[in-house]
Amino acid sequence: MSAVENAAPLAPPRAPSALAAVKRHPLAAVAALVLAAIVVAAVFAPWVGTVDPTALAPARRLAAASAEHWLGTDHLGRDVWSRMVYGARVSVTVGVAVAVLSIVVGLFVGLFTGFIRWLDPIVMRIMDGLMAIPGILLAIALVSVSGASMVTVIFAITVPEVPRVVRLVRSVVLSVREEPYVEAAVSVGTPLPLILWRHVVPNCVPPLIVQATYITASAMLTEAILSFLGAGTPPIIPSWGNMVAEARLLFQIAPWNLLFPGIALAVTILAVNVLGDALRDRLDPKLAKRVGR
Amino acid sequence: MTGKPVLSIRNLSVALPEGADRRHAVENVSFDVDPGEIVCVVGESGSGKSVTAFSVMGLLPPGELKPVQGEILLEGENVLTASPQRLRDLRGTRMAMIFQEPATALNPVMTVGQQIDEVLRIHTGLPPAERKAKVIGVLDAMHLPDPAGAYDKYPHQMSGGQRQRVMIAAAMALDPAILIADEPTTALDVTTQAQILTLIKEMQERRGTGVLFITHDFGVVAEIADKVVVMRQGSVVESGPAGAIFENPREDYTRMLISSVPSLDPPAREPAQGPVAVESIGLVKRYGGGGWFAKKGEGFLAVKGVDLSVRRGETLGVVGESGSGKSTVARCIVRLIDPTEGAVRLAGTDIAKLSTRGLRPYRRRIQIVFQDPYRSLNPRRTVGASIIEGPMNFGLPKAEATARARNLMGLVGLKPDALERYPHQFSGGQRQRLAIARALAMEPDVIIADEAVSALDVSVQKQVLELLDRVKREFDLALLFITHDLRVAAQICDRIMVMQRGEVVEAGPTRAMFRAPKHPYTAALLAAAPGRGFGETVAA
Repeated sequence: MSAVENAAPLAPPRAPSALAAVKRHPLAAVAALVLAAIVVAAVFAPWVGTVDPTALAPARRLAAASAEHWLGTDHLGRDVWSRMVYGARVSVTVGVAVAVLSIVVGLFVGLFTGFIRWLDPIVMRIMDGLMAIPGILLAIALVSVSGASMVTVIFAITVPEVPRVVRLVRSVVLSVREEPYVEAAVSVGTPLPLILWRHVVPNCVPPLIVQATYITASAMLTEAILSFLGAGTPPIIPSWGNMVAEARLLFQIAPWNLLFPGIALAVTILAVNVLGDALRDRLDPKLAKRVGR
Repeated sequence: MTGKPVLSIRNLSVALPEGADRRHAVENVSFDVDPGEIVCVVGESGSGKSVTAFSVMGLLPPGELKPVQGEILLEGENVLTASPQRLRDLRGTRMAMIFQEPATALNPVMTVGQQIDEVLRIHTGLPPAERKAKVIGVLDAMHLPDPAGAYDKYPHQMSGGQRQRVMIAAAMALDPAILIADEPTTALDVTTQAQILTLIKEMQERRGTGVLFITHDFGVVAEIADKVVVMRQGSVVESGPAGAIFENPREDYTRMLISSVPSLDPPAREPAQGPVAVESIGLVKRYGGGGWFAKKGEGFLAVKGVDLSVRRGETLGVVGESGSGKSTVARCIVRLIDPTEGAVRLAGTDIAKLSTRGLRPYRRRIQIVFQDPYRSLNPRRTVGASIIEGPMNFGLPKAEATARARNLMGLVGLKPDALERYPHQFSGGQRQRLAIARALAMEPDVIIADEAVSALDVSVQKQVLELLDRVKREFDLALLFITHDLRVAAQICDRIMVMQRGEVVEAGPTRAMFRAPKHPYTAALLAAAPGRGFGETVAA
């Protein structure tokens, strides 16, 4: 039969090579490198030329940068470089934890909301309610009730992010469930959880990866704001937010105290966002076509 | 025809980007369109017919397709070398184009009148009042009911046929020398298609416009063409006056295209004697009106009490235009949607009201093949995984399911090794074979084919129809064949049901119905089929 010969022997879809990706998006490659450096520094904080970030040395306070203190010291004589590296731990942990938590919860809720008709209006109204809560106010309230801790901060930032993920997943589900291949799966008797896992979840992955980067960036920023306001991580744990807060009053005397954590925060968030944009270009088929790929 | 050609394409070649499956989208194409002549460019998908049309308008996607050879002379002026500025002037005034999908070719947030007015505003210096009068005049010439009222309507307030009339109005507003029509009736119902074809013919006769008509449908060609250009894989296979091409095609390919258009005179068929496999009794589907605040009886009745029954070994055709409820019937029977009222009896049980759990054992007995071969297989899974999914749901071990799938692949005319591939590596016709294999893997009693061949080229259509007919016989299946196309129905169905606005208006054996339709709507459908009595008219 002629149809047999016509089956073109094409190769299966291949992932583009890393080199090609770097060539196409040099900026994204730089961003990825910067992020990798920050994560490595955070993970291996005790081994990257740091001392105990909480060790006080009142005699050497507000010292300028030197061989011993790479970025100088703060008003209690603590090493700024060490505090910055340890502060990265807070930022990275909060960013990643919030992104993972809100994606997992949002994916789960969104899948069932999109597929089960009667559940949809109920869940979506609850999500509208959650969205109305400002994250910072929620965090301040929670901290005042249960005391400052990283877990509280993560929870407080995650709650208002979840509805955004639910909406995104739900919109993908609503369009995918009309696809004939999903209907075909229904008509061959595939149970609902399997349909979701096999046919719907893979379609949610690309937009979720993009969304995860944006959530990471905004969670890092929110954490810094909370720490700055004193409603974030406990003051004893160095974080970029509380470093900026403490250095604010001494800005004219020792500006590096404020500048370095501020720059670290800005660079990190910029890198995450640039990476997110590049992923979006790559993973969003509509946009990819318009950009010319 | 006399006079100088309005459009003359000379040795046109358009290059494809590197890495495509061939070097040129269009290669060495030459033909002329004379004033007042309709030239049909016919071909299957990938033949380059649309690329040719887009080259004339200068609408090829920049950077992807590039004309590399030849010239396109519009009233003697080469449009390939014209400046963008000059092209803009020519479009609308000297050449105009209408598209397949009038719903997306019109701007949804502008009134129809404004959109036609835009053409006049850009290309003429007429004052607003005169422009408006002219727009209404053009709308009137398109036989739109209430042209003055139509001026202020938005596209969504019109039917598909009306929207296509608006498109033609916009194209004809400035009396161009040539009208390019790219599959303008493919998205329309047969009765609407017949009206639009008449309209295009009328415009061409009255205004002497040359028409370049792109189509895949030889029925349409027989209806309107003065001259035919047959294209295949970027090259012209054959061209000449319509009469000559139909009477005496020189090339095998043309002959194959002509012969694969199913005839409207179906052969007599033995009535099937097998037991009834599936039947519906008083099937009703109402959309909307089920909410907490809606009154009882509100909403839209898509299906109004349909009774049907299909025996094993029988093919029942359900024919109707869009909105007739034919697909809704199919989806109710497979229980992809829940019928509002009525019963669906399968193997002695009413499955219309069964719960998801109770329905599960019956799922495998009734399978559906969908219209769009590009969306009915999950692009991220191998076709093997898609085919064995169903049998494995019902407890068949993977090894046995795979063995069954390999057998079925041979049966539908594909290599068993192709199970490892992904859907995008197959052509549309092959994918439809895969969808049939997936349905057969469940060992069903009933297969529903919902417009299963509508998206395919005629030659492929014929093969898939033969396959469906063969598996029906081999497995003693009941086949419920949903289609809008009477020709296709004539080819495969033992009995036919004609549906209109949710109701069955006529049902009976195919041959009897085609010879002597009882209901006026059936008669209208038959009369509207393009190229009716093909063969006979051509010979006359």
